[in-house]
Parts: sequence; structure tokens; C-alpha cells
Amino acid sequence: MSDAGAATATIPRAADAARRRRAFGRLATRNRLAVVAALALLAAVLGALLAPWLPLADPDVVDTPNRLRPPLSAGHALGTDEFGRDLLARLVWGARVSLAAGVASAAAAMLFGVTLGILGGFYTGWIETVVMRLTDILMAFPYVLLAIAIVAGLGPGLRNAMVAIAIVGFPIYTRLVRGVVLSLREREFVEAARALGASDAVILGRHVLPHLLSPVIVAFSLDVGAKILATAGLSFLGLGTQPPTADWGSMLATGRQFVILSPHVVLLPGLAIFVIVLALNLVGDAVRDILDPRAAAR
Amino acid sequence: MRRYLARRLLLLVPVLAGVSVIIFMVLHLSPGDPAEIMLGSQATKEDLARLRADLGLNEPLHAQYLRWIGHVARGDLGRSLWMKRPVLGEVLTRLQATLLLTATALVLSSAVGVALGVAAATRPNSMLDRLSAVASLFGASMPSFWLGIVLMVVFALWLGWLPASGMYAPHGGGDLRDLLSHLVLPAVTLAAASVTIVARLTRSAMLETLGQDYVRTARAKGVSDRAVVLRHGLSNALVPIVTVIGVQAGYLLGGAVLTETVFAWPGVGTLMVQGILARDFPLVQGCVLVVALSFVLVNLAVDLLYAWLDPRIRYE
Repeated sequence: MSDAGAATATIPRAADAARRRRAFGRLATRNRLAVVAALALLAAVLGALLAPWLPLADPDVVDTPNRLRPPLSAGHALGTDEFGRDLLARLVWGARVSLAAGVASAAAAMLFGVTLGILGGFYTGWIETVVMRLTDILMAFPYVLLAIAIVAGLGPGLRNAMVAIAIVGFPIYTRLVRGVVLSLREREFVEAARALGASDAVILGRHVLPHLLSPVIVAFSLDVGAKILATAGLSFLGLGTQPPTADWGSMLATGRQFVILSPHVVLLPGLAIFVIVLALNLVGDAVRDILDPRAAAR
Repeated sequence: MRRYLARRLLLLVPVLAGVSVIIFMVLHLSPGDPAEIMLGSQATKEDLARLRADLGLNEPLHAQYLRWIGHVARGDLGRSLWMKRPVLGEVLTRLQATLLLTATALVLSSAVGVALGVAAATRPNSMLDRLSAVASLFGASMPSFWLGIVLMVVFALWLGWLPASGMYAPHGGGDLRDLLSHLVLPAVTLAAASVTIVARLTRSAMLETLGQDYVRTARAKGVSDRAVVLRHGLSNALVPIVTVIGVQAGYLLGGAVLTETVFAWPGVGTLMVQGILARDFPLVQGCVLVVALSFVLVNLAVDLLYAWLDPRIRYE
């Protein structure tokens, strides 16, 4: 019985996988832009990871005689900043900070939000009330404002900025997941599992969690870009990364004073943020098309 | 409707209580002594003791909260440590500038967004439709503070058409013309991302209504294209459009902090950032509270607008 069950279960799964691969192939050929975006993203991630081994100048070495050199100067492909530091090196090292901050704060928001969403959707009563009122109150604030207020309390710094962004970001996941869990709770397979004596942990882990993967992955892939923008924004206000560490937002903030003489010190970090977030959004859209074809059709 | 309004106003009480608890708590999150954080490591023991007594920091946390909220309810937001003035007056003065900027950006993003969305929906897959799709992707990916700096460099520094920063010219300014010329760049910067969101939503809402039977009937009756699109299409698509515009109002209110910083616009956002960097907790608390209250009131106004726009919506 169990063998037969396993056999019938693997055939549709294999067919599913093959269908997904074909769908992915079709999408890749149709959506060339997303492929280009994914490659750009891969290059940025590799550059950020391999920064210590790349033939780059030290991003923090001050060289005042060579300050504010334009791009394509000798020894400085993208020029230098107000302290004569190599802009290419600072952009690549800044990518490490900006990408890591975006991914980490989105991941923290996702983990916390999904957990609360599962609890709020699965358990009625006081747990649901507490979870939903908390998200309601957090959503009663403008997003950026609350993040700034939290950083004000915790003190400026990259880690605190990431914590703030994760806190203001989790209610989106909670709302999304709670809605899905509420509908799943009433489905026959959950009732059947409960009738067979499965514990809450088994029901949640084996029957509910797999259904959450698609919507959460889609939301996460579109969220990372938003979180990179948010951390860059806090750094721009002087509340995120502190000198001398480079991230794209703080590079923009310090370069602003020299924008008349040397626009490149501001244009380049902003362009880096724009290109990476654009690539993330394109890839996120493609992920949604693959995992949620109904949304793509809309 | 009057009963609904009364109920909504009553429901504001727990939301505002929650908002006030969060604002109070976040500024007490820091692990150290708030008095030391505010005054810095150079402060003498006497200074610290005086500040603790002034702010009631020696009392238990719940007593501090009740004392603070009692003062807030009477319109006393405390004194700014940095400016040595009452917080409320300072915040309300700055709020006018923030509301002017936000409202201008909202009008701009609604007008341009709805017009673009309607145009894109009436000609699906046209060049304009595709351009608006690309623009919405760009709008969602572009850091607003960077766009602000780029606009400032091009239109203020290179072309010299508009002033680069501030609300009025330091010499000889002060009239409406001066104010409007200073308002253009910050308002366009703040509105840019919202325009694309409003346009995409208007497009999809319009496509849905234009596909309805009554629109086909209207066309069959020989109603002009303009009347079909505006009277039968747009007026029936307004509820989701107003919803997204309402959400954008809140987003713009919060996003104004970054735009104000770029253009040195004298609003609540710049005041709050200065307050944080000066570790002036009463000032920061006051700024956050006033902006959050405005946000809650905007959301209420949007909900009330629904009933006016769509008589089918009955609030019970």
C-alpha cells in the first residue's frame, strides 16, 4: 500500500518537475530581459563576494592629492572621491554591504513575518488578536518614518538600520501568510490529517508550509530590492552605515557636497543602486511568472 | 454615514494608543541610559540628574508613558533639548511645509498617473502603454534621493531654470512665484515613483471596467468614445484608484523625509533627522507622532471618500 502510494506520488511529482523545467525554458526565451537581469545580478554578487581577491585598490586608503579625479583617470577607472579613494573599489566593496544588508533585512522580515502569519492564521483566539493588532498598528505608520524612529531609538549604524527595516517590513509577510493559512485551515486535507490524529506541528510542517513556499518566494524576490532601497535611504540620511565603511547610500550622501565639481561621485553609486534594484525587480517578476502563472496573466 | 463616521473616529482611539506606545517604546529601546545618550559622554553627573528628573526617567516605564501621554493629550509635546523651544509649535510650523510638499506631489502624481493610466488602457499594447510599463519598473527601482540630486544637477545647476534648494530665496524672495519655483523639483522628485504606481493601477482598473457589458451597450448605443471612457469607464474604476492614491498619500508623507533632506526643504522630515543626529528625543517623538497622526487621518479621509464615490458602498 505504502509502496503503491509512493509510486503514484512520484509520477506526478516528476511530471510536475518536467513541466516546470519546460515552463522555465519557455519563459527564459520569452523574457530575455529577465535573463540579462539575472546575469547582471550574478556578476554583482560574484564581484561583491570576490572583492578581497579582485585586483582593486584599497577602498579606504586616503590619497588627497588625487581627490575628485574624473572617471578614466590613470589608475582609477571610475575616478576618485573627495578623499582620493578609488571609486571602483568603493563601489565593489559597497556592493558587499548594500547587497548583504538588503538580503539580510528582507530575510529577517520574512522569517519573523511568516512565523507570525502562520500563528495568526492557524490559531484563533488571543494569538490571532495580538498578531493582527500588532501588524495593524505597525501598518498605521508610514514605512520610512517608522524605520527612522526605530533607528533613532537604537542609535545610527548599519546593524540597527537593518533591524529597523526588518521590523517595519515583516507585517507584509504576516498579512500574506495569514490569508493563505486561513484558507488552508479549512481544506479537506488538513481536516483529514487532523482526523488521523496528526499534531499541530505535523499539520503545519507537512501540509501547510509547502503551500506557503510559492507566495513567500515571490514576495521575497520582489522585496529584496525594496529593502536595498530602504537601507540605502537610511544610510543617505546618515542613520545607516557609518564612515569610513562604504555602502552605496552613504557614498551618495557624502558625495552630494561635491556634486557641482564632480557629479560622478554621486551619479555612480546612485546608478549602482538603480541597476541592481531594477535587475532584482525584473528577476522577481520572472520568478512570479514561473511560480504564479495566474498573476502573470493578470 | 454619521454613525459610520462616529464609529471610525472611536476606532481611531485604540490605533492612536498603539501608535503612541510604539513611539514611546522605540525611543526607549536603546540599551543605555537615555539621559547619557542625549547629553553625550561629556555630560556632568549634575546635568544627567537634572535631565533625568526633567524627563521623569527615574520613574518606572509605565509611569513615564502615562505621564508623557497625559501631556500629549493636553497638547504638550515637551521641550526640544536642542532648540530649547516647545516641540509642538516647532513641529506644527514645519508640518505646513511638509503638507504643502506632500499635497503638491499627491496632486501631481494623481493627475499625471490617472491621465497616463487612462491613455494606456484605451490603447493597450501601444507605444505609450509599453513606455508606461517601463516607466513603472524604473519608478519602483530608482532611489528617490538620487533622482532628486540628478534633477537638481540638471535643472538647477546646469540649466539654471529652477532654484536648487530651500523654500524661499534668501534675498528678495518670499512671494508665491518664489515658493512655486522652489516647490517644482522636490514635488516632481517625490511624485515620480507614485505616478508610475497610480498609472499602472488606473490602467488595470480601466481595462476591467472597459470590458464590462454596460460599456459595450453604451458603445452600441453610439455614445462617443470620450463619454464611454470618462463617464462609463473612469467613474466606475475610481474606487480602486482612490484606494491606491490614499496609500500613496501615506507613502509620500513618509517618503518626504528623504526628499526634504535632498532639497533642504524646511519640513518635519529634515527636523526629525536633525533631531535624531542631535539626540533630541522629545523632538523626534513629537515629529513622529504628528506625522503618524496625519497619516491615520488621511486613511480615514480615504475611507470616507469611498462612500461618496460609490453609493453602493454602505457602511454598517
